[in-house]
Amino acid sequence: MTTLLTGARVLGGEVRDLAIHDGALVDPASIDRDAAEVVDAAGLVALPGLVDLHTHLRQPGGEQAETVASGLRAAAAGGFTCVFAMANTTPVADTPAVVEQVHRLGLESGLATVRPIGAVTVGLRGERLADMLMLHRSAAGVTVFSDDGHCVADAELMRRALEHAASMDAVVAQHAQEPSLTRGAQMHEGALSAELGLAGWPAVAEAAVVARDALLAELAGARLHVCHVSTAQTVEVVRAAKARGVRITAEVTPHHLLLTEELVRGYDGRYKVNPPLRPEADVLALREALADGTIDIVATDHAPHAPEAKQAAFAEAAFGMVGLETALGVVQQSMVETGLLDWAGIARVLSTAPAAIGREPGYDAPLEVGSPAHVVLVDPAARRTIEVGHLRGRSANSPFLGVELPGEVRHVWHAGRRTVRDGAVLAAPDAGEAA
Amino acid sequence: MTHLLTAAMPRDAAIALLDLAEDMHQIQDRQVKKLPALRGRTVVNLFFEDSTRTRSSFEIAGKWLSADVINVSGKGSSASKGESLRDTGLTIAAMGVDGVVVRSGSSGAPALLADWIGRPVVNAGDGTHEHPTQALLDAFALRRRIHGDAARGKGLDGVRVAIVGDIAHSRVARSNALLLPALGAEVTLVGPPAFLPPGAGPTRLGVRATTDLDAVIAERPDALMLLRVQLERQTGAVVPSAAEYITGWSLTDERLARLGDEARIMHPGPMNRGLEISSRAADADASTILEQVTAGVSVRMAVLYSLLASDHPSSADGGSR
Repeated sequence: MTTLLTGARVLGGEVRDLAIHDGALVDPASIDRDAAEVVDAAGLVALPGLVDLHTHLRQPGGEQAETVASGLRAAAAGGFTCVFAMANTTPVADTPAVVEQVHRLGLESGLATVRPIGAVTVGLRGERLADMLMLHRSAAGVTVFSDDGHCVADAELMRRALEHAASMDAVVAQHAQEPSLTRGAQMHEGALSAELGLAGWPAVAEAAVVARDALLAELAGARLHVCHVSTAQTVEVVRAAKARGVRITAEVTPHHLLLTEELVRGYDGRYKVNPPLRPEADVLALREALADGTIDIVATDHAPHAPEAKQAAFAEAAFGMVGLETALGVVQQSMVETGLLDWAGIARVLSTAPAAIGREPGYDAPLEVGSPAHVVLVDPAARRTIEVGHLRGRSANSPFLGVELPGEVRHVWHAGRRTVRDGAVLAAPDAGEAA
Repeated sequence: MTHLLTAAMPRDAAIALLDLAEDMHQIQDRQVKKLPALRGRTVVNLFFEDSTRTRSSFEIAGKWLSADVINVSGKGSSASKGESLRDTGLTIAAMGVDGVVVRSGSSGAPALLADWIGRPVVNAGDGTHEHPTQALLDAFALRRRIHGDAARGKGLDGVRVAIVGDIAHSRVARSNALLLPALGAEVTLVGPPAFLPPGAGPTRLGVRATTDLDAVIAERPDALMLLRVQLERQTGAVVPSAAEYITGWSLTDERLARLGDEARIMHPGPMNRGLEISSRAADADASTILEQVTAGVSVRMAVLYSLLASDHPSSADGGSR
């Protein structure tokens, strides 16, 4: 089976053809054009398959909100061909059995590659290290460790985790949140939290942990990845650490690139997320940091929740937003249309760089002949108002419902297999979903 | 007015409510304290938090207006069995009630209920957010103390009010910081650093904030409002001890002497005598504490009447959300 994509703007630049054969990109001049399926890519931007270093697939234990199969539908719809699945499942991904199950469910779906993230500490409890080497050596081949949702607050434990991870060339992805500064925190701490009477999450609680961890990573000679950077202050700390030569990488979520704390005013639980939405000055600093490389990647922190978890008083509502389906549009809006990044830059922050951090092979030479055929065709001129129907996972807790976003993912290939055709995900609904 | 969710309202609306409360206040002098205004109307007091005084005040207000008042407590109800706020609200609304008075430990809960149930909602205190009827009754009592029977139509122009205590966690302070300035008063928030709401600089919640009570007393404010301090709620990092609090922020006999006889002494209750306020201050002639309680019934009658009386001109407009 050979597929020929004609006239695509490759990485938003040169217009040329791409050819897919046997799961890989091949030279279009080498194929039998008459036997190939032809996809007219005129006007579409070709990107490498997107890689999300921060996805919550909820399985096992949270299947009411998401399953691996449904999460991968959301991923495919958003142009992702690889997702790293966070460890805060029930049971926690702190044993080979759990990470191998999640990995296997990903293979069964086939819509995207699932790379399970292993827990740093047993049960995410922050008390003792998980069997990180066993997770690394398991069939799931864990290369990213995180207690995401919880900060590894104990400095000694974090030091040892970094050292242990370094010995297997793995990375520790820290959810940076000093717990003693954020007891009961519901939203960004500032004048608005004072007005709304909601417990505040001060920016310093993030930056203080990142500063400490950067020093620990330097000491351990280890790789540190900072999850969902949300403040200008943290950007400064990351920038200084990089200047010192610390092996530190950082991510920003799409929602922190576009939304501000003002949305919390109506107490709608849809806008409750951890770290919280911040003031506009932080949003602008995050965009600048992503553009100048201080922040390396965009990661979604796709966090599905059942409706009842969000339709509650703000303090009782769950933290988190779904984001896989809308990530590319949000990044186009906040980074491309503002002139801060071009499409090659988008390919870097949403594919090449996250794959490199997670040690996922096959993404280092995007859209070049010989690479695995992870390909996304995006219509950058499309505009759409996000509706529930655009969300392909099980949960609809998106802050972008009703928001107009640019761009539309038209076609996706994962290792040469078509996963999205004309915007439609090519997979049957999973069990329990009548519609 | 369709709901009363916040004390943030225009001066005219606030004065209209206070004037209506003056009308209601006349009933205090009657032997038969009953008006027919809300006959046939049903009001549910939905209290997810214990509060004897606020609930009783709303109950009396409703009954004096001839409404049928039902008290639903969060404890022992289906709400304590895991039913969501939304389901509890929808269930009560489905019984055909005309209005819901809600007290919740969660900031914003009344606003969400108002969106969900399509019935008039009165915020009787939500978490650390607002307590609008408390601010209205404070304004009412203060206006009456200053202007007596000539209070109608007047604001609190130029009246300097200092609010002292755990401002950050006080819904009373928050609502007063919104309402009193709208009426022309100058509000100063006073407390230990950890009790001041977050924000940058000397302005918090839109008004002046300071940690120095003695400097504020030296300015001879027209009213000093002490808030109930709950040190047991705090971790040691916030206020070290009662003695430390008293040293900086209690209205002691010694500070009372410096305050002079003119300043009104206010407290929303219940008081911790000897902690935030001395007994001599609480019982001083300048104390408005019991007047505030009486005002509470009048103000809540005015609020229920505004929201629920079919003949009230303001019951159909967009109003105070």
